[in-house]
Amino acid sequence: MDIIGNLDYNIAFVVVAAIYAVFALGLNVHWGYAGLFNIGIAGFFALGAYTSALLTKASADPRLFEDFKFGGNLAASFEGIPVVGSLDLWFVVALLGAAAVCAVVALGIGFLTLRLRGDYLAIATLGIAESIRLVFLNEKWLANGSKGLYNIPRFLGDVVAPRNYDYLFLVVVLVVLAILYLAVERITKSPWGRVLRAIREDETTAAASGKNVFKFKLQAFILGAAIMGIGGALFAYNVRFLSPLTFDPLLATFIIWAMLMVGGSGNNKGAILGAFIVWGVWTRTQFLPRFLGEPEFRLFLIGFIIVAVMLLRPGGILGEGRKVSRPAWQQKTASPET
Amino acid sequence: MATLKQVARWVPSHWGAGHLVLAGFLALLVLAVSPVIKLDLVVNGLFLGAIIGLGAIGLSLVYGILKFAHIGHGDFMTLGAYFALFLLSDLFPRIGLTGAGLGPFTFGYPLLLALPLAMLAMAVVAIALDLGIYRRLRRRGVNPVVLAMASLGVAIALRGVVQIFWGGGTEQYPRVSKLFYRLPMDVRIPPDNLFVGGLTVVLVVALYLFLTRSKMGKAMRATSDNPDLARVSGINTEHILWWTWAIGGALAATAGVLLAVSQAQLVPIMGWRLLIPLFAAVILGGIGNPFGALVGGLIIGVTSEISTQWLNPSYKPAMAFLVMIIMLLFRPRGLFGAKD
Repeated sequence: MDIIGNLDYNIAFVVVAAIYAVFALGLNVHWGYAGLFNIGIAGFFALGAYTSALLTKASADPRLFEDFKFGGNLAASFEGIPVVGSLDLWFVVALLGAAAVCAVVALGIGFLTLRLRGDYLAIATLGIAESIRLVFLNEKWLANGSKGLYNIPRFLGDVVAPRNYDYLFLVVVLVVLAILYLAVERITKSPWGRVLRAIREDETTAAASGKNVFKFKLQAFILGAAIMGIGGALFAYNVRFLSPLTFDPLLATFIIWAMLMVGGSGNNKGAILGAFIVWGVWTRTQFLPRFLGEPEFRLFLIGFIIVAVMLLRPGGILGEGRKVSRPAWQQKTASPET
Repeated sequence: MATLKQVARWVPSHWGAGHLVLAGFLALLVLAVSPVIKLDLVVNGLFLGAIIGLGAIGLSLVYGILKFAHIGHGDFMTLGAYFALFLLSDLFPRIGLTGAGLGPFTFGYPLLLALPLAMLAMAVVAIALDLGIYRRLRRRGVNPVVLAMASLGVAIALRGVVQIFWGGGTEQYPRVSKLFYRLPMDVRIPPDNLFVGGLTVVLVVALYLFLTRSKMGKAMRATSDNPDLARVSGINTEHILWWTWAIGGALAATAGVLLAVSQAQLVPIMGWRLLIPLFAAVILGGIGNPFGALVGGLIIGVTSEISTQWLNPSYKPAMAFLVMIIMLLFRPRGLFGAKD
């Protein structure tokens, strides 16, 4: 057995699963904590990926791409400024840029729909995802249309040999995931997160307690969308090729929902665990015999998993668990007899 | 900066739905006779709108009575269309029922048989899904958004089923190409669209009679208005839900078959792609108002067809989305929605 080949396969697996875990964390902020039903993850996914690519990719060769005018030449025009030692800060800029663009779009959509009934958001996110896909498909000057963008530069690509690059990128992705996990964990344990859960459980009571429900929902929607944008940027740096066809609803929206539902919505560890489990099932089932390995059957499986989890184990594997605010916890541990 | 509420005041508050529709029709009339808009796009937009409207009527009924956004409705259309395909290209030929090119149409008389069977099948599928999934969640007393979430899972699974049996490629009903009708002012109508229009009128009249004259129809409207009051008045709300799903499923199957006929092809994603226009039509007409949904569908159909005069035709779903957003901004309860 080819151990090295197997190891490479597993590394690539973990990289993709960790990127999906970033999306699952973002979706957990939306659905798990704030109860916001976003079925347009693919929109933020594409927006984050294209933003990061356009920020860092060198401009296109005009002889090859007659239609493609906008090269996103920013990296080239500021060459020399953002490289500290061997650390290419443009990667960081790309990640933050992707997050910022997604946050702005989320602000617009949220502002329009979050005052209305909860399911209007679902329809609006579906619409915005489709619109974003159509823009990237049709506006050839912006993103080269269906031919897509390729040769997205590698972050720290000159530090290691190309064949070992996955190891380096694995570390990068895991560091980003860890930072996001700790940040989301910290934020959702704060009083702000507590208000979100209160709104999710009972909007009227939260409003009656003097909380501005709309403002909190909008903040949560923007935060989750920004995290999804970072996920999109990581995805772009991993595959280094983007086309509008990459962002089909199955692999860019539905599978992420299945991940969160399986792992346990309302639990950040669950979101990450679910990403690894579902991506594992997804990649391994392609080796199943006969029709079980067909993509059609696996599409059915994703839908089936979502419904089955909702019916049989609404909390997912880990479930939300009890959340106690830190002051209350300290009080409890300090005086156990009360 | 003007706030949203101030902007919304630009629409006079004493304007009822009738004013808005009248204004819309007048605007349309002006546009249609002006040289700016091709009449051809308006006419064919109405036929597309009729298909969207048929799907949206069922969606609006489900939304109004079960109080959740049924994301699976587009895939109900897909499944209905593919079930008719199964009848037309597998089952019927085996028992000697074949044919295409009936009268002026591209399809044959087997389609007239396959359509009611597909409607019946989708009515059964819709009721079965309610009994197996939605009812169990309802009894748990979950939030409507959780039901919408479950219907997303249903949508994905249904499309998976379609792809397991028929693959991901394009399919076609047995058909014979026919010449378009040529009318004055460069209007060209595919003959199949006459069938689309005629069937829509028949079904909408039948639904109108059902909802206003029959006991069950009246009970459905009562449940939509106030479920608790309906229950204490002795209405069996479970039966109402079954009827709602049956009508919604059957109309979705009709819309799916008509879409497949008028576009001369079936793809597994056809229903999902129509989900945004469907919801836009429902919101335009006011949630729970089936006839509003039809008018909404017609408006969406015409708007997206007209937009192709200036925009790339693939932006059509985005146009529906734009119309919906404008509606949410100015009149979130829809053209005919009751005041909160």
